[in-house]
Amino acid sequence: MADNILEVKHLKKYFKTSRGMLHAVDDINFSIERGKTLGLVGESGCGKSTTGRTILRLIEPTAGETIFEGKDINKLSKREMRHMRKDMQIIFQDPFSSLDPKKTVSQIIAEPIIENKILKKKLEIEERVLELMDTVGLAERYINTYPHELDGGRRQRIGIARALAMEPKLIICDEPVSALDVSIQAQILNLLKELQQKLGLTYIFITHDLSVVNHFSDDIAVMYLGQIVEKAPAEELFENPIHPYTQALLSAIPIPELGHRRQRVQLIGEITSPIEPPAECRFLKRCLVCDKELCTKSSPKLIEVSPNHFVACPLKQKELGFEVE
Amino acid sequence: MESEKDRNVEQDILNIENLRVRFETEDGVVHAVNGIDLKLGYKKTLGLVGETGAGKTTTALAMLRLVPDPPGVVECDRLEIDGQDIRSISTAKLEQIRGKDISMIFQDPMTALNPVFTVGEQIAESIEIHEHVSKDEALKKAGDMLELVGIPRQRANEYPHQFSGGMKQRVVIAISLACNPKLLIADEPTTALDVTIQAQVLELMNELKEKYDTSMIMITHDLGIVAEVCDDVAVMYAGHIVEQGSLEEVYGETMHPYTEGLFNSLPNIKNRQAMLKPIHGLMPDPTNLPPGCPFAPRCNYATEECSKAVPALKSVGGTHKVACSRYDFDKDFLIDRRKK
Repeated sequence: MADNILEVKHLKKYFKTSRGMLHAVDDINFSIERGKTLGLVGESGCGKSTTGRTILRLIEPTAGETIFEGKDINKLSKREMRHMRKDMQIIFQDPFSSLDPKKTVSQIIAEPIIENKILKKKLEIEERVLELMDTVGLAERYINTYPHELDGGRRQRIGIARALAMEPKLIICDEPVSALDVSIQAQILNLLKELQQKLGLTYIFITHDLSVVNHFSDDIAVMYLGQIVEKAPAEELFENPIHPYTQALLSAIPIPELGHRRQRVQLIGEITSPIEPPAECRFLKRCLVCDKELCTKSSPKLIEVSPNHFVACPLKQKELGFEVE
Repeated sequence: MESEKDRNVEQDILNIENLRVRFETEDGVVHAVNGIDLKLGYKKTLGLVGETGAGKTTTALAMLRLVPDPPGVVECDRLEIDGQDIRSISTAKLEQIRGKDISMIFQDPMTALNPVFTVGEQIAESIEIHEHVSKDEALKKAGDMLELVGIPRQRANEYPHQFSGGMKQRVVIAISLACNPKLLIADEPTTALDVTIQAQVLELMNELKEKYDTSMIMITHDLGIVAEVCDDVAVMYAGHIVEQGSLEEVYGETMHPYTEGLFNSLPNIKNRQAMLKPIHGLMPDPTNLPPGCPFAPRCNYATEECSKAVPALKSVGGTHKVACSRYDFDKDFLIDRRKK
């Protein structure tokens, strides 16, 4: 039996708009084994960030269960949840706007420690801040600088130190390297990997960058308009993508090597609106292979077509010999 | 006509020598571009690669004389586009050239369009000014341009906010190509877009470039995009070109340690277990550049000699040029990427 630190069951988040309900996250199911990384990929607007935030209840879910270490955290009171969040932290995309500009580096890192009363003595707090700065590779001389004096890479290190201050078990990384230059991006990715090995962290890694997610994750879930359309171990997904959307997405990555100008799976057509979407495949209008009858029958289910490889495409499921409801 | 075309092929559309741009600010002098030479043949695409602050965009702006002055100071020994000396022509003449002979696509399609005019009007504006046609004719041509970039002409009457990011960028491309420019400067044209949309836009740019024989400068930080669309590559670091050549030369026979560092920083799709090898340290402060090679403080191969003089960009065969002193001192020097 796998030691699953987190299980998400039928998680939904709908937003009310003037034109109806917007299905931002629509019936998502997955689990993560302790110490592993799940990559959540998709294009802007697919609901990957909302999923991350709904798991932490930074946004309250509409329905569904989020089982963290055997407990459904969606049932916890606000106060219990506050306590629970020590175990579940988040690192945000933009290190330029996620840090308080009026606080120094040491104040920013110390804030969660003081706020959650983890340490009380001033000296202990100071020691802990220095220790955290060392862990994330920030030199001691930056302790009294303000965020605006630092570059993006160092600011992201502060964000990581702040998340680590709570000694979390799970960290949701929401596009942690998207705002950084490639040479700095690699520094931060390596740091996150080292920390995972050292501290046994579990990550949910949210990104739109497919080469980064491939490098970083054990499992990858591909999202399209609020739903997971394919989920598989990283290697399997890149070698054998089954869902037409995953195939298009993978073929769109520009590869920095000679002789790679290749035939793309071009996507055409309009994107289905996430407001009150019909009960059919949401990729239908852009799909090149869809079957008018099969794909409009109902909202596709995620089926395990080979060990650990899940796909929500009725056409491919049928091709692979599975019964489609 | 034919003979003129032949002559053009031999010449270069772009010829820059010793371009220097500095910004004289209260906090000191920012040395943004520090003596670069660039040449681009007709119908060719040059990829200008580098990280934030390398001076790529400033170089492009200097070509169009768009660097704000003050605080910007631009100096160069030669700046010719399509045989015209850009340095000496009048502002009025320059305005005729910008948008017609040379046009530029900016990074952010969300802010490049005017929110209070329809997209049709915005495309027609540049046609009306440069081609001296009536408003109706210009609007008709604007409709044609929209269709060319894959947007139905009926949508010409809509406003930018009614379009998605990818479609806005297509509108920007339509504007920049409306007057058939000889040189198109695209500054990170797809950075703000999703990968599948990026693929569409790149495909479209490649098609249009072929169709209209446009030369292009593609400014990007993405080595993957360069491999997809460019013929030539120039890698910039701290206002210098550190390596230059054809795509095959720079990618196949990489010579500069910084170029190698950029490749090593990228996750490898084929070998996901490989640990990334980032470039340690940070880009130098452009108000206070290190003496000698600007990359030396971050370079794994640097020796004492490297910080003595700024290395010159030297030819190493073919069109391949590299600015690294190690090759001067050590005849057998090879970076790791070449050893494999």
